[in-house]
Amino acid sequence: MPSVYLEIIVVLLGIFLLLFEAFVPGKEKSFLAWIGVAGLGIVLLLSFFVNVQADPGAGVTGYLQFYKADNLAIFFKQFALVTAIVVLIMSVEYKDVVSRFIYGAVPGAGLGEFFCLPIFTCAGLMWMASAVDFVLIFVSLELVTISFYILVSYTRRNIFSLEAGVKYLILGALSTGFLVYGITWIYGITGQTNLNRIALAMANAQGSETPLLFGISLVLIALGFKVAAAPFQFWVPDVYQGAPTPVTAYLSVGSKAAGFVVLLRVIPVFMTIPLVREKVAAALVVLAALTLIYGNLAAMPQNNFKRLLAYSSIAHAGYLLVAVASIGAPYSGGVEIVFYLTGYLLMTLLSFLVMIIVANNSGGDDIPHFNGLGKRSPQLALALLIAMLSLAGIPFTVGFFGKFLVFSAAIQQGHYSLAGIGIVTVAAGFYYYLKVVRAMYWNEPAEGARTITLAPGMKVVIGLLAVLIIVLGIYPQPILSQFQPGKAVTTIVMP
Amino acid sequence: MSSIVTFLLNLVILFPIGGAVLILAGAPARLTAIGIAVFNLAVSLLAFVSYDQVHSGYQFIGSIPVITEWNLRYTVGLDGLSLIMVLLTSIVTLAALWVTPKISKLEPQFYACLLLISAGAFGAFASLDLFFFYAFHELALIPTFLLIGIWGYGEKYERQAIAWKITIYLAVGSFVLLIGLIGIYQMAPMDARTFSIPGLQELARHGQLHSPHANSIYLFLLIGFGILISLFPFHTWAPEAYASAPTPAAMLHSGVLKKFGLYGLLRVALPLLPDAAKHWTGLLLLLLVGNIIYVGLATIGQKRLDMILGYSSVMHMGYIFLGIAAMNTIGLSGAALLMFAHGLSIAALFALTGHIRQQTGGTLLLSDLGGLAKVAPFLGFSFGLAAFASIGLPGFANFASEIMVFFGAFKNQPVASCCLGSFKITVVLALWGVVISAVYMLRAYRAVFMGDINKRWAGVQDIVPNLRWPVILLLGVLIVAGFFPQLFLNFLTPSVQAFFALP
Repeated sequence: MPSVYLEIIVVLLGIFLLLFEAFVPGKEKSFLAWIGVAGLGIVLLLSFFVNVQADPGAGVTGYLQFYKADNLAIFFKQFALVTAIVVLIMSVEYKDVVSRFIYGAVPGAGLGEFFCLPIFTCAGLMWMASAVDFVLIFVSLELVTISFYILVSYTRRNIFSLEAGVKYLILGALSTGFLVYGITWIYGITGQTNLNRIALAMANAQGSETPLLFGISLVLIALGFKVAAAPFQFWVPDVYQGAPTPVTAYLSVGSKAAGFVVLLRVIPVFMTIPLVREKVAAALVVLAALTLIYGNLAAMPQNNFKRLLAYSSIAHAGYLLVAVASIGAPYSGGVEIVFYLTGYLLMTLLSFLVMIIVANNSGGDDIPHFNGLGKRSPQLALALLIAMLSLAGIPFTVGFFGKFLVFSAAIQQGHYSLAGIGIVTVAAGFYYYLKVVRAMYWNEPAEGARTITLAPGMKVVIGLLAVLIIVLGIYPQPILSQFQPGKAVTTIVMP
Repeated sequence: MSSIVTFLLNLVILFPIGGAVLILAGAPARLTAIGIAVFNLAVSLLAFVSYDQVHSGYQFIGSIPVITEWNLRYTVGLDGLSLIMVLLTSIVTLAALWVTPKISKLEPQFYACLLLISAGAFGAFASLDLFFFYAFHELALIPTFLLIGIWGYGEKYERQAIAWKITIYLAVGSFVLLIGLIGIYQMAPMDARTFSIPGLQELARHGQLHSPHANSIYLFLLIGFGILISLFPFHTWAPEAYASAPTPAAMLHSGVLKKFGLYGLLRVALPLLPDAAKHWTGLLLLLLVGNIIYVGLATIGQKRLDMILGYSSVMHMGYIFLGIAAMNTIGLSGAALLMFAHGLSIAALFALTGHIRQQTGGTLLLSDLGGLAKVAPFLGFSFGLAAFASIGLPGFANFASEIMVFFGAFKNQPVASCCLGSFKITVVLALWGVVISAVYMLRAYRAVFMGDINKRWAGVQDIVPNLRWPVILLLGVLIVAGFFPQLFLNFLTPSVQAFFALP
């Protein structure tokens, strides 16, 4: 089965749910989310049986020039599907909060689109994983971003959600502008939008590098917005805090992963161009260093858990950028980025899931609301402990293995300065992640705080994420063996 | 026989982790924990008895591949050096769990944390793979954070600050160390890269481990391990942390876990980067004099018994560094034996101090205590023995090993012209350390146990007979090793010789 069927099924599923929502009677519509989960689950199963085609071959025309179904693409399609499934489960848990901010709605009502839009986002993310042409990259990126504009401001009576929506809209539009303008410059110089052909066109180019460099920097700035790299991270804390929590989780995992997949596709191309290779590499090192320092240091004083996770997402973008900066030329590796993102998915989604449950039960998501969680719900506290330790990078969790891979790559490429910055930022990470652990175990629960009981289904999801964090931290082979050892995860076909 | 021991050795690492999970799931905490500790001690003794002393080198090897293309395998195995550390871990773990008093809040979590620390130590000492060697040690970091923060002594905010300090300090140390270890891994040629410690050693022997950055990689290892060992001037986390930690945690951390860094220097840094080690010998000598003299003098100035012990444990690291710096058979075997001896003696001292703290309701100020030997004769007697051991008086393992360290260092003939005579000067300075430790230990002993008894402490109880056994165990092993050091040196010396390829 060609892999493009997967995206088509997901889009059809989204359209079906949207129409179904309009005609179905009744106000409580969380069953739509469960249909979505089931549908995406089936697509996830199907994704294991699609044809893997690393190289579209010479002479392909039309749509297939834009589209590649290599191992990396399939892996990230599955990644997007898993994220969307967990986000939909979160949305059901979060539905009462959303209805509270919709005028005149009874609890649990007014949520039809809230359950449908994530499916469209998912389709965009899946397309982006396969995009090897700037046109498809742009179109799928817009599909993702536009559905996020709606989702971020979905709780429309909540002033913070509106603020977040406006900020995301303006800055998102700005970054789109950068991307299009950058693409036009690159097209103007090379006459191509296909990544592979750009590499071929510039392989032996002579002359001034300035115009190409200008185009590339515009593209890098736009992608910097998407992955929340400093100094393009200004929108992150406010948008993450204001958006409904499931959307925040989706933004911080799905949107970021998509940005890094695109980076994994375009950076190797830029690295094959002798004219700009050195300068792009230097720019990436600076970007990585700034993001590491800003994300980790700014996270330290945060007192709101959601905001803390926003800064932590910047910090992890920093570690991922270290890996991107270590891609180097000749291009090698990239598997550490894939692995790190997988780990990031597990631990971030677990944190957000626990946070939604705790916030529902204690009336807020500030860190003091987690006080005494070790007594109120030992299982929930243990799960969050595992997530926090993994984010901080304790061995035998997936987070440690990710950091280990990233810094191995950095040292291999001789980026000692990044490793040195890592010493400070990892220590800072210990501080702010353990703040949550302190609240859970050291502090006593607030007066009258209830014990929290979990639904059995929720227990399964939380347990699964927590166990995966540890299992992949001890035995990472299942992820790593998706890719050929010692080979780059994306290939550029040189004649 | 050997394969059975290998299997049991794996269990020694897995059982504490499994025990921690069981306890959290509701198994009786103290019973499970002590049961596992007894099992582990039995296996360590079995390994000790069945270790083949003639064919020194790694024995009881077993391994499971984790990432094949990088040669990353979970491997366990023991040689003389790791055998003695595993033995130390099992003895101190049993003693620490045994002396644990009744815990009023979150008892299961308390025992689970202790078991995880113990598992981390066993795993680090028994692993023959660079990755797991590192990972197991760091496993112990978070339980320490929780133990000090939740159950520690002292004012709530004060002890929480201390818990932050030790955790972040050690996290920095571990990360510096990690960079050094990655550096070592990448020194090998691309197709020969391996995480296996014996494999790397083989490469080093054939001169295939070289890099223009070898000296800086060694410096990363020295600072990384040094922070974990509390090498001067990176020692400031240690005394406060030990003073605030609950008694069993202080015993495990100062007795066992701190030895990880020293073990790492012996196991990884010296054999793999011998030339870089020689390059930095001068620096190491300078810093270890700081450990012995500067920290020793700081110890004399302390006013609380727990702080004295904390500082003294930092100070004694200096002697072990001296043995390591000497780089000859007698010095290195002495250092290994001293690690064992110091672990036992400091654990005994912390255990007894824990009892005093319990009886006096938290007061450990020397000026407030006095005459306790009158009301608690066993306590006084055993504290005296442990204090003598710590000073290094003959009859205890500490004496035998310190003598070896001094001889080894004095005998050393450094090749580098910069260090001519510096070993002899260092030894002379270090010998003064023995005097310094006699000063603070005997003064502390007099202030706590001798003289007139303060009326407030007339009601102090001696240790109940049941809780005397862990103390007797620790001191008994110290005395046996003091009178028959050959028992350990029989397998330590050949191992060290084989390991470092020394004559």
